[in-house]
Amino acid sequence: MFKWVMAALLLTAFSAYADVIHQERSLYRNILVEENGDLRCLKFDEKTRSSSQSCMYKSKPQKLVFNYTKLTFASLLMIDNPQNVLIIGLGGGSLSNVIHELYPAANIENVEIDPAVIKVARDYFDFKETDKVTSKVQDGRIFIKRAALKQQQYDWIILDAFNGDYIPEHLLTKEFFEEVKSVLAPNGIVAANTFSSSKLYEHESATYHAVFGDFINVITEKNSNRIILAGFDNMPTEQSIAERVKKLRPLLSPYDVDIKAISKGMKSTKNNQDWPSDTKILTDQYSPANLLNF
Amino acid sequence: MLNKTNALIYFLAFSSGFSIMGIELLGGRILAPFFGSSVHIWGSIITVFMLSLSFGYLLGGKLSIKRPSLTKYGLIFLLASVMVVPIALFAEPIMAFIFTHIEDSRYGSLLASTALFFIPTIILGMISPYSVRLLVTDSEHSGQVAGGLYFVSTLGSALGTIITSFYMVLAFDVNTIILGFATTLGFLGLLAIAVNQLTNKESKHV
Repeated sequence: MFKWVMAALLLTAFSAYADVIHQERSLYRNILVEENGDLRCLKFDEKTRSSSQSCMYKSKPQKLVFNYTKLTFASLLMIDNPQNVLIIGLGGGSLSNVIHELYPAANIENVEIDPAVIKVARDYFDFKETDKVTSKVQDGRIFIKRAALKQQQYDWIILDAFNGDYIPEHLLTKEFFEEVKSVLAPNGIVAANTFSSSKLYEHESATYHAVFGDFINVITEKNSNRIILAGFDNMPTEQSIAERVKKLRPLLSPYDVDIKAISKGMKSTKNNQDWPSDTKILTDQYSPANLLNF
Repeated sequence: MLNKTNALIYFLAFSSGFSIMGIELLGGRILAPFFGSSVHIWGSIITVFMLSLSFGYLLGGKLSIKRPSLTKYGLIFLLASVMVVPIALFAEPIMAFIFTHIEDSRYGSLLASTALFFIPTIILGMISPYSVRLLVTDSEHSGQVAGGLYFVSTLGSALGTIITSFYMVLAFDVNTIILGFATTLGFLGLLAIAVNQLTNKESKHV
């Protein structure tokens, strides 16, 4: 408890002295880049501290700051070397950078609706683009629909398009998840950064379950984001997870990702559904996600 | 002077304003799965609604010259009702077809909104000028009548927007709401026709 209070106090104290080093109004939002000593953060709204989208330590840019970003790497306990990675929602580009360092041979496609976010990621967050790492300005739903038409397949799909304040409702429906599933390669995995509280939790869980069957929740801190891992065929055994943890641990520790602790936070929904069975599934016809998120 | 028939016309104009904005608001929801939720989606929808309303005003005004009647007024509502139904029934295949043929989501969404909303909104746009024609009895009060009519129908639009976006989307599927609008418009059209037939009979008896 004391630790948390101290952390909260520290953050408050820090944010009071934050310097705004860049500010612009894009088509979709206010974009702010703030600097606090060594910490540089991307924000979409000046008022609330919780609205940080992405942060980076200037002295160690490869170190991940946010817990949910680290939790995303639980995906690697479920799949072997990813070849084709799709990231919906760029933020500061830290996920893309780390995945590129880990798997230089993998193709990584970043899809971001806001061109200003891509520019800020390049200019302030060291977002790297190569012939293997690309970014595209497009709505995630349209990108995936077009990818499905072209019969493209990805073995790691990361859905990270939600910020704390607003949910693009067409990216949280049964039909969208079915489209995601249609571009998921065999033995691939979907990792979605989502919510762990609010009434939406139940609707979201029910919707994922309706499309993907049993999935895994990854939560290591209370009242923090959860990562949903879905789309896998078989639940890996404890032994195979332990083996992968052993292998991945040295690879991931430079990024401040404690894969062992994260593996402990994985919980399958099999025989463990924590939402009422009559929860309404979100569809293109019924998707008031923002109204349910309270 | 607000007799019963006039009150009915005001109420019908209110309901058409309510439906127009309710449908326009759901337009964003209908297009999003194929064309996203960027700002140009709303550009497409609002353009098509404004354009078709403007044509509707012209047409409605023209239609009101020749022997205007409450029955014809009711028929406009019936026609609007029928034209709204395809939005619920065929939106999916229409948008899928446009999506595969047009890469740019700006023009895709513009074409899709045209295909879905152009005709029903033209017909709904005919209602305002026709209402004015039915209500105006002398030129002195024509401005006042038009003002009152705009007041009622725009108030309907305001309520249609807020009630649809705040409450109806939480309670119903998009298609259910659209079909609800169609049913309401159809019922109101029949009501106008029935009232007209009854008053005609009464005036013959007198």
